[in-house]
Formats: sequence, C-alpha cells, structure tokens
Amino acid sequence: MTWVLLAVLPLGFAGIWHLQHGIDAQRASLSEERDDLLLRSGKLMRAMSLEYAPLMADIYWTRVVQYYGNKRVRKQTNLDLLWPLLDITTTLDPNLLVAYRFGAVFLSQAAPSGAGRPDLAVELIKRGIKANPEYWRLYEDLGFVYYFDLKDYPKASAAFEEGSKQPGAQVWMKVMAAKIAAEGESYATSYYLWKDIYESTSDPSVKKNALIHLELVQAKEDCRQIDLAADEYEKRNGRRPTRLGELVQAGQLLPKLLKDPEGYPYVLGENGKAELNVDSPLLEQQLLFEHFKTN
Amino acid sequence: MSMTGPAIEIESLTKEYPFGFLDLKKRKSLEGLNMQVETGEVFGFIGPNGAGKSTTIKLLMGLIFPTAGSARILGKPISDVEMHRDIGYLPEQPYFYDYLTATEVLDYFARFHDLKAADRKERVQGMLKKVGLETAGKIQLRKYSKGMLQRVGLAQAILHDPKLVILDEPMSGLDPVGRREVRDIILELKRDGKTVMFSTHILSDAEMLCDRVGVIVGGKLRGVGAPGQMVDMKTQGMEIVFKLAAASSAPLLAKATKTGDSYRLVVAEAELYAAIEQLRVAGAEIISVTQVRATLEEFFMNLVEADRAQAAAVEVSGK
Amino acid sequence: MKGAGIVALNTFREAVRDRVLYNLVFFALLMIAASVIVGQISIGIEQSVIVSLGLSAISVIGLLIAIFLGVALVSKEMDKRTLYALLAKPVRRWEFLLGKFGGLVLTLAVNTAAMTLGLLLAMLYVKHGLERSDAVVFVAVYFIWLKLALIVALALLFSCYTTPILAILFTAGLYIVGLYVQELRNLPPQVMSPEMAAFTKGLSYLLPNFENFNVMAMAAHGQTVPSTLILQNTLYTVVYCAVVLTAAAVVFSRRNLK
Repeated sequence: MTWVLLAVLPLGFAGIWHLQHGIDAQRASLSEERDDLLLRSGKLMRAMSLEYAPLMADIYWTRVVQYYGNKRVRKQTNLDLLWPLLDITTTLDPNLLVAYRFGAVFLSQAAPSGAGRPDLAVELIKRGIKANPEYWRLYEDLGFVYYFDLKDYPKASAAFEEGSKQPGAQVWMKVMAAKIAAEGESYATSYYLWKDIYESTSDPSVKKNALIHLELVQAKEDCRQIDLAADEYEKRNGRRPTRLGELVQAGQLLPKLLKDPEGYPYVLGENGKAELNVDSPLLEQQLLFEHFKTN
Repeated sequence: MSMTGPAIEIESLTKEYPFGFLDLKKRKSLEGLNMQVETGEVFGFIGPNGAGKSTTIKLLMGLIFPTAGSARILGKPISDVEMHRDIGYLPEQPYFYDYLTATEVLDYFARFHDLKAADRKERVQGMLKKVGLETAGKIQLRKYSKGMLQRVGLAQAILHDPKLVILDEPMSGLDPVGRREVRDIILELKRDGKTVMFSTHILSDAEMLCDRVGVIVGGKLRGVGAPGQMVDMKTQGMEIVFKLAAASSAPLLAKATKTGDSYRLVVAEAELYAAIEQLRVAGAEIISVTQVRATLEEFFMNLVEADRAQAAAVEVSGK
Repeated sequence: MKGAGIVALNTFREAVRDRVLYNLVFFALLMIAASVIVGQISIGIEQSVIVSLGLSAISVIGLLIAIFLGVALVSKEMDKRTLYALLAKPVRRWEFLLGKFGGLVLTLAVNTAAMTLGLLLAMLYVKHGLERSDAVVFVAVYFIWLKLALIVALALLFSCYTTPILAILFTAGLYIVGLYVQELRNLPPQVMSPEMAAFTKGLSYLLPNFENFNVMAMAAHGQTVPSTLILQNTLYTVVYCAVVLTAAAVVFSRRNLK
C-alpha cells in the first residue's frame, strides 16, 4: 500500500501548491477593494471584552502589525484602518506603550510609509501620556511629530521640555528643547532625533523606517554642503560647476568626492544644484516621499 | 479451490510485542505455531488465559499482523479480504454499537454481504429466533446483558451462512441454558457441513463438542489430536463409593474421604477385590465402582504447571 | 467502495442518535436572541452583525463537532472494539475510513444547512426582506463546510496513530497554525537566514491554509464572491482531503488493533 502514498503525496502537494497560489492571487485582488473593520468603537470593544480587555488589546495589536505588514508587502498606500485599529488597541489597554510609539511614527508620516495623519498621531500620543505620564519617550514621540510633520516648533520644544522632567529621561531632551526653541528646524536636530529612534526601537518596521529617514536627512545636509561649495565656485569662476570633481580639484571647496550613505556619489543637476545619484536607491525613496507630500 | 484441503492452515505463525523502555524488549505471545483445521470438523483451541488463543484468532482475522509465518483460510491468504465472505467471526467480549437495536445491527452487518433487502430481513429474523432473541429485537443494545450481546455476536457470525465459523470464547458470559444453546448451534453447524473453530478455557465443553483439540500454553502449541487421544487411556485406578453405618477400625477407612453419608476410596486395580472384601466384612453398603482415568483437565494442568516452573526457573537464573 | 457507503450511512445514523444535532437548538436560541436585540437597537448595521455572528457561530460549532467527532470516529471504534466484527466482513480498512469520513461530512452538511436556514430567517426578521445579494451567505457557509471537511480528514489522520487527546490537540493546533499560515510569507527577512526564509515560505504554501475559506467580511456586506474562488477552494479541499485520507488509510492499514 505504501506505493500508493508515494504516488499520491507528491502529486497531491503539487496540486495544493498550485491551487494555493491561485487562491492567493484571487483573494489579493479582492481585498484591495475594501478594507474592513466591523466594530470601530473602542469603547464598545472594551465593554464587550469583559475582563479579557488586555488580551483583546494584544490581539488587536497583532492585527495592527499584520495590517501594516500586509500593506507594505502588497505595496498599497491606503492605510485608512490604521487609526481605528490603534484607537481600539489603546482603548482596550491604555498601557500598551508599543502601540503609541508605532502610531507616533506611522500615523503621522506621509504616504507611502504612513497614514499621513499627524493630527491623529498627536491625539493618540496625548492619550498615551495621559495614561502613562511618566514615560518620557512618549513626550519624545510627541515632540517628534510636532517637529517633523506639523512643523510646530514651539509645541515641539514644549514637549521635549516636559519630557525631560520625567524620571529616566536622557539629558539630550532638555538640550533638544532649547535648541528647537532657538533654531527651529536644523540638520543636527533632525539627525539626532532619527538616530535616537533608530537606536532605541526594537520594532523592525520602525527601525527600517528610521534608517531611511536618517539617510535622507544626511543626504539633504550633504547636498546643502555641496550647494554652498558650488555657490562659492560660481562666485570665483563665474559659472556653476557641472561635475563634482571640479569642486574637489578646486582645493578647499570640497575635501573629496562625497558619497551618499548608500555609497553612491552625488551629482550636480542641470540647475547646478546637488542631487542624489540616479543609481542610488535613496533617490527612489526621496521621490516617493515628495510625491505624496505634494498630493 | 480445493474442497478437501484444510479449512485453516497455519505455518510457523509468530507474534512478538515490543515492550519496556523504548520498546526494546520483545514478548512472544505466539511462537512458531503450526496447525491445521480440517474441513467439516469442530476444532477446539484450548489454553489458559494469555496462552495465545485470541492472538492466533486475531491474526487469522487480519486484526493484527504476524511478525513471522503465514496462514491460509479456505485456501486463500489471510490478507485476502474477499475471503471474509465465506467466514464468520465472533470476537472475544463482543461489543456493538449500543445505539442500534439487535435487528439493526444484524441488518447492518448483513449489508456487507450483498444480500437483498427482503433476504436480509428474513435472515435477520431467523437468526434472532435461532439465538433466542426474537422478543428483544427492537431494544437498543445498550440495554442488553452480556449474555444477550454474546448471542447477537453469534448471530452476526453465522447470518450469511459461512463455510467456516471462528468463535473466540463463545461460551463466556452465558448461563448454563445459554451454553447449552450455543453447543446445540455448534453441533447444528457441524451437521450442515460447516467447519467450526472455537477457543475456550472450559475443557468440558471441548471434550464434549470437538472432533479434535489443539492445546496451547505460553504461546506454543503443546499437542493436537482427538480429546481422547490426548491423554493416556490407561486406567489409573478404581473408585469405590460406599456407605457405612457403624464406625469401623478397618485400615482402609483411613484413606477414604467422607462426603455427607458416603465415603470415597481409590485403590489400585489389582487390589480392588481385596478392598471390597474388607468393606463387606466391615458391613459397608457398596454404592458404585468406577474406573478412574486421566482427564483432559489433568493433562492440561500438568502442562500449565510445567510451563510455570520453567518460566520461574528462567527468571531465577537470569535472562 | 460500496462498503464505504454502508459505513457512511451508519455513521450518520450514529450522529443523529447520539443527539449531536441538538447543537442546533443552541444555535437557534442564539440567533433568536441576537435578532431580537439587534432589531431593538437598530444601529444601522443589522445585516453585518447578524451575518457575522451567525457565520461565526456556524464556524465555531462546526469546528467543535469536526474536531471532537472527527477524532472519535476511529478511536471510539477501536476502544470499544466495535471495529472487530466489522473488519471480519468483506470490507477493506480504507473503505471503513472513507465511510466514516463521508458519514461525518454528511452530518456536518445537514447540520450546517439547518443553521443556514436559521440564519436566513434571522436576517429576514432583522432586514424585513432579503435581496439577491444575500446569496453570498450561501457561499460563505459552503466555504465553512469545505473547511470543516478538511478538518475532519486531519482529525481522522491523527486519530489513526495516536491517542484521542493528542489527536484533538494536534488537530486544533494545526487549525490555529492554518489560520496564520499567510503570515509566514510576510516574515521580515531580518528574523532568519535566507535559506530558512525560503523554506518557511515554501512550507506556508503546503500547510493547510484556512484563511482561504474566510469570506465573512464579504458576506457581511453583501458582496459577491467570484466563482473562480469557489472553484479553487473546492478543488483545494478535494485535493487536500485526498492526500490526508490516503495517508490515514496507509497508517491505519498497518495498525495492529489491541
């Protein structure tokens, strides 16, 4: 009888393999049309959960992660359900800190990597602060959203200030409050904040996202430096430089051929301004962010 | 298909069960069985509990698989399921679906034999009557006593008029009336030319019913033959049963056992008349004089004792 | 093959007499209570709630029956030894297995159909009328039934070579794994080596994927399920059950009964 199994098993699994692929394709095309969350009321969910609210919060948190992950894999940019899911999760368990931190990053950011709703992010974080007033990182997150997405520097500074007073807060929080109050947006501040997120988080999505932003900030600063050098060149030579090499040869203007964090050298565009190299993967990211910002 | 060949042929049939830590040790519940059951005979398979009777029967029925050896039933290998059409089987301690009635169970089993509905109905009714369950046919089996279940088991074994019937402990759980009925059914089957093989540890049944018996102890076959042949036919002594009113100091009396009013005395054949004379002198009333012969039971008990002694010796001396 | 049919009908009869179908009473009560409550509150999403609740209940009740009875199909016959007399008949072991499978799947079909009727009545009450788009509920229930058939096959397989309790745990465990199999494909690459990731991804296509059968959201909103998906899921279940039942037949054919 064993020969029967030897024949049926591989044939059967081959069939299953093909069918599963087919079903996946079919279902993917279905779900693009419409996301759904049956019950959107956090309070109702909480009432229904009885004493299992923290467990339900965990389950919903899993759904948040899955939801976001699926969207990224399918390269879909519609993150409408992110807020309701996070809303329910944090209503069920107001102490689930990871949810607030995730929301801070991905609710506020513009597409494609976020929902583009900094206002909702602020609401979420404020709820988190209300339930966990001594967790200094929530203030960091709040200041972060004000600084990057809302460009509201007074509020950002105030958030960092408040956070610096909480137990365990790191020293730079106070420094950051002062610096933002004084300068508003600056390269150093941006770089520092993203670096802190990158180093302190254990969530892989957040980490990956922070790295991209870190590199873009670096690239922006590098380009600014290159532009300054190009301006100087123009002043001296009467025309814009066309190649980066010209700036290097001129001596003090640029110490060496600058490369972006992914290792591709910058180029000078048609208008004489520094740009990312066409081959660099960072360029694609930058264009994506800009595309959604203007929309 | 041979009509005169044996109904069952067993060749070197062996069954080992692994046991112990990691199933490394093996226990032989059946070792090298060589046995045949001839067509048309009633064959008794006797042995104490755990001797391997049920194991043999389960091997024949394909419920368990042999470690070594082979067997043929009605000329076909035991792996042939079609052969089951011509045989009937009563399992040890039968149990059937307790949510069904006896009629429904028999009808269910009958369906597997390709019998038409009308035919089935007739046979089922006939069977119920034969095993004495005609009034209980519509009652669910969960309400049946052990004896009643045994009868249902017997009924399903012979419902389809098989050539060979294999019964595992058919008398167990039955009262004397029930046992007599089963004995009658077995004899009836024999009259109809069927072959019957049954296992039992009740020796008197075997002596009464069987053309031949096979004795199995400790997983090994110890002897096969007609019940009378198995034991020494030689007379072992004479038994005198007598009554004695007055007390007497006859030396013989010391060797007699008293039961109620009567005494029993066993003497060697040669000394019979001398003993009777002594008793006559003492004023005894002779009730009966009978030959004492070894019985199947004694033969059997001797085997069991020998087997136990050997097992104990093995244990003592180490494996 | 005919033997399988005989065993199947008897298995169905057993389920009926064992009062398994009484679960329908519980379901009916649940639907009545839900309809009444939802009808009173009138929150604008009556259909959604009733359909979701009804389908969830059908799924859960069906699951319980599939797992527990699925395991009992063979293990009960082996424990109680009702199997012995049966195997002495001219019926092969695989026919017996197939018959048991068929009988329980038939029972589940009847059970599920009855519950669907109850669900439709509840929907009728709450919506004061049914539309053509509500036919999607039939598809959703059909998918649930397919899922249950696959679970019965798995329960049967496990019960053929291990104890009833372990068989129940394995089947339930495999069901839960099967719900999340989709996620295995989306695991972030940092978590494991590329070889492991490829292996896991491959495995995720072969493990039973129960999410395939989930169209509850679509049913709740009266959307149509494409017929391609219906065909695919049917084929998937047929093929998968064939594989599992074949394996069960091979295992059972070699098993020494007590």
